[in-house]
Amino acid sequence: MTAAAVPPPLDAVPTPRVRTRARSGVLTGAVPSAVTGLAVLVVAGALFLVPLAAMAWFTVQQAGSGAITAAHYAAILDPAQASNYADLFTGLTNSLGICVLTVAIVLVLLLPAMLLAELRYPAARRVLELVCLLPISVPTVVLVVGFVPVYQVVGALVGPDAWTLALAIGVIVLPYAYRPIRANLSTFNVVVLAEAARSLGASWPATVLRVILPNLRRGLLSSCLLTISVVLGEFTIANVLSRTTFQTALLLLQQTDPYVATIFALGALLLVFLLLVVISTVGALGRSRRPRR
Amino acid sequence: MTAASVRVGRRGAGASLRRRGVGWLGFAPFGVYVVLFLGIPGVIAVASGFFAADGTPTLANLAAFTDPVILKDFWNSVWVSAVSAGVSAVLGALIAWALTAARPDGALRAVVDSASSVLAQFGGVMLAFAWIATVGPEALVTRLIQAVLHVDINGNGPFLYTVGGLLLPYTYFGVPLMVLTFLPALDGLKPQWGEAVATLGGTRLQYWLRVGVPVLAPAFLGSVILLFANAFSSYATAAALIDQGGIVPLAIKQQLTSETIVGVANTAGVLALGMVAIMAVLMTGYAALERRTRRWQR
Repeated sequence: MTAAAVPPPLDAVPTPRVRTRARSGVLTGAVPSAVTGLAVLVVAGALFLVPLAAMAWFTVQQAGSGAITAAHYAAILDPAQASNYADLFTGLTNSLGICVLTVAIVLVLLLPAMLLAELRYPAARRVLELVCLLPISVPTVVLVVGFVPVYQVVGALVGPDAWTLALAIGVIVLPYAYRPIRANLSTFNVVVLAEAARSLGASWPATVLRVILPNLRRGLLSSCLLTISVVLGEFTIANVLSRTTFQTALLLLQQTDPYVATIFALGALLLVFLLLVVISTVGALGRSRRPRR
Repeated sequence: MTAASVRVGRRGAGASLRRRGVGWLGFAPFGVYVVLFLGIPGVIAVASGFFAADGTPTLANLAAFTDPVILKDFWNSVWVSAVSAGVSAVLGALIAWALTAARPDGALRAVVDSASSVLAQFGGVMLAFAWIATVGPEALVTRLIQAVLHVDINGNGPFLYTVGGLLLPYTYFGVPLMVLTFLPALDGLKPQWGEAVATLGGTRLQYWLRVGVPVLAPAFLGSVILLFANAFSSYATAAALIDQGGIVPLAIKQQLTSETIVGVANTAGVLALGMVAIMAVLMTGYAALERRTRRWQR
């Protein structure tokens, strides 16, 4: 993961923005003309696509001759070459397992704490926010220095399996998981909603499961998808603690078969891109539906 | 009706009062987890630099900061982060400005936001691959530059695998991060301010000099700090490109996995301490600028 210091403005529920174009059509203020804006975006977009296009181009190159070939794609499914990619698939499987566990950490540990703070202990909200955003300002590679001795203990207790990384990655994920849920919570009054449900005779479990959580759908979805993205991209912890995950296996494969490594890297980038498009589309759908209600 | 609601209210308060004592225990699972996997590692990371190999407290390890190799690593980290943050900030601000012409809830913004997030936050190793495929030996752009300009950018060994080569991927994820962090500030510019300047007979240049730049300056500087901090703490991309040390995060990994080359104990902890100190200064500056930025976003 490259970004230890990012406050991601990825909330599923962004604040409504005011359009900044003057009604008269005469340009005032900061907004560029449509042509200027488009020109800048086209040039920037083209430049940013170059490395990705180079990746795609690289995956269809024949080693040595430079002829166009689909052999690298075929190789992935070729049983005869399966042993070459065994590590990669192990890493991918491990990462998917870590995804499940990390999402579970978010839903079982973080979410109840956030709801409890919201419903009963508003004073705890500040502390929770501070804790959840702290990993942004501590570089992952610094935390890893502390994870090494912690994982000597973890390793002695439950073994060296890759899934144990979920506990460390769960911490890195906190800011990404916290923000969308927090943003969603601020769109409705949880306390009033819970009191309404309770006064209508709902038990606490029913109130949470059937009244509060359905209202948090979008925040939870964003939170989980972001968690998955972070886990799939996580490299630092796995690398220093020498566990096989998707990213560490990818780097290893790069030494022996850079073509297939690049295919998987490009695929992962596209997958995360799609996940994020889903997040923003879900957010936008929710927004456009709201006024009609 | 009033009586009923009072009774309901009182019953609710009574119930929560009865449970108040045990209610705090609801935070226990999350609390224990955070202490074990954020608190303890964080304290170990920062404190281990202050202990000798035999476990006695000492300040002697700080001598590592006078080691020429480590000083060079810090210098490299700082200049690569500074240059990439500066370049990214200018380019990113330009792109963010161009984006304000698009509908805020439109498809273009959604796509650019998502693409920016991928590149800025989840790239890591994969962006290193992208640049190897672009300017590595025998790569697409390398050959293109050679054919057009007759210059081999890898003439003195592969450029990408040097500390200076990190500028390419670091700027590549810095620009999208700038777009993400600076766009809200641009959106905070009220159209009324522009109309006011126009009504008073001001030109757009005057608008930029008297309104736009002063209002955006704290947000811009804050974003530069954030970009610097992000590049400074980035590990994955560099680890995928450079085998030996060269920047601080790589040096930390080297110290963790091999014997000390500096001659003091817990060098990784000392390096981590140095990083945390720099990050603390950066984040304090960022928080101050952020407060100034918010003033105009209400």
